[in-house]
Amino acid sequence: MIVGVLALQGDFAEHLAMLARIGVEAREVRKLSDLEGIDALIIPGGESTTIGKLMARYELDKAIRARAQHGMPIYGTCAGLILLANEIEGSQQPRLGLMDIAVVRNAFGRQIESFEADIPFKPTPEHPVRGVFIRAPIVSKVGKGVEILSEFDGKIVAVQQGNLLATAFHPELTDDERVHRYFLGIIKAQ
Amino acid sequence: MTPDVSRHEQESRYTVQKATWRTKVGLAEMLRGGVIMDVVNAEQAQIAEEAGAVAVMALERVPADIRREGGVARMSDPLIIEEIMNAVTIPVMAKCRIGHFAEAMILEALGVDFIDESEVLTPADEEHHVNKHAFKTPFVCGARDLGEALRRIGEGAAMIRTKGEAGTGNIVEAVRHMRAIMKDIRRIHSAPEDELMAIAKQLQAPYDLVVEIHQTGRLPVPNFSAGGIATPADAALMMWLGAEAVFVGSGIFKSSDPVKRARAIVDAVTYYREPEMLAEVSKGLGEAMPSLDVRKLAEEELMAVRGW
Repeated sequence: MIVGVLALQGDFAEHLAMLARIGVEAREVRKLSDLEGIDALIIPGGESTTIGKLMARYELDKAIRARAQHGMPIYGTCAGLILLANEIEGSQQPRLGLMDIAVVRNAFGRQIESFEADIPFKPTPEHPVRGVFIRAPIVSKVGKGVEILSEFDGKIVAVQQGNLLATAFHPELTDDERVHRYFLGIIKAQ
Repeated sequence: MTPDVSRHEQESRYTVQKATWRTKVGLAEMLRGGVIMDVVNAEQAQIAEEAGAVAVMALERVPADIRREGGVARMSDPLIIEEIMNAVTIPVMAKCRIGHFAEAMILEALGVDFIDESEVLTPADEEHHVNKHAFKTPFVCGARDLGEALRRIGEGAAMIRTKGEAGTGNIVEAVRHMRAIMKDIRRIHSAPEDELMAIAKQLQAPYDLVVEIHQTGRLPVPNFSAGGIATPADAALMMWLGAEAVFVGSGIFKSSDPVKRARAIVDAVTYYREPEMLAEVSKGLGEAMPSLDVRKLAEEELMAVRGW
């Protein structure tokens, strides 16, 4: 199994380090040809406007959309969540638009409001996961078939729709492997 | 169980910690592989965002103009910074003078996402830098060598950028500084443990940070490049030398076609390992910014020597 990490911009190195730690073969994805041979994709944190524009400029968006529609699992963190959403409130920025959700960018405020907290995560009900939120988005609406995996302070911060997983926070910035292991489970089930 | 108790339990379990070291360095990590562009108004900020910048640096004057006009260069007018913050959704940075913690407090009150304690402005303190741990807003600082970088991290900087020589359009100093930092990181990483204190003494760097580099082989915070980047090739060169992202100051809006050049530099940072793609984005960019030979600048005109 090979997991690709979209490496156009952002904290892709942290995702690669996390995948190495849990013993998964991983590879950077920058060009169309890098998508060949991968079984799943992680879209890292970063600036969603930058990543979205580069994806469109180099035609990665169409190819990723086609692969996802044929069942390739994708996990997006923060900017990755925004790029997976159908609707980005108040924005026309380029996106993949694969998940039936609406998101609000910078929903907690500017950098000074960035925070971390232990938050509930449905697949690990006994133990919260460490949520690191950096200029983080939230999910404001979910469609049918979207499962809410985490709510914090009344806000939706993790969702799953079939083969697609998204979190507003960054497990890759912590030592907590459980969200990445949960994603591995989705890949293996596919 | 009364509702009050359950709410109390929930709050203690899910305590929110704001402005931690991890959220500060985390934002720097989110900017990796990106381009941070100097802008002087809302219109330029929108051009930068449209081109794919990961952040903008809000300024009254770009370094090339500061150099030309002379006099004391200070923090920008908060009105200009606010206009820029309202014009874009990407992070906005702003500069304070070295050691001028009152300017930094004003920038934090405005809500800027990153504060650059910058040698491009005229220093306010020729001995001390700002105690950056005391702020909620993350800081970036310039460095010419590893000792300087580690002193700034010791004071609380969440990101380092090589200084280069701002406003010259000349990459030579940025290369010198990046090579110096990377060379010392390699030296510490491969040194035997019993030599680390002597290295810390020689670099005038905090010992614990030297030990950390010995263990990890990298700077404890992201290491970006600034000062003299004028072309996509300059940006690619700095990425090859170890930069994790680049700042472009005067290089974009002092060139003849800022829209095209901004986009080309963004693409060059992502695809710095792909010469064919670099060739493609470098075509027909028009005139680069007016440039200066650093060797012909008088000592008092150099910005990189500011910082202690």
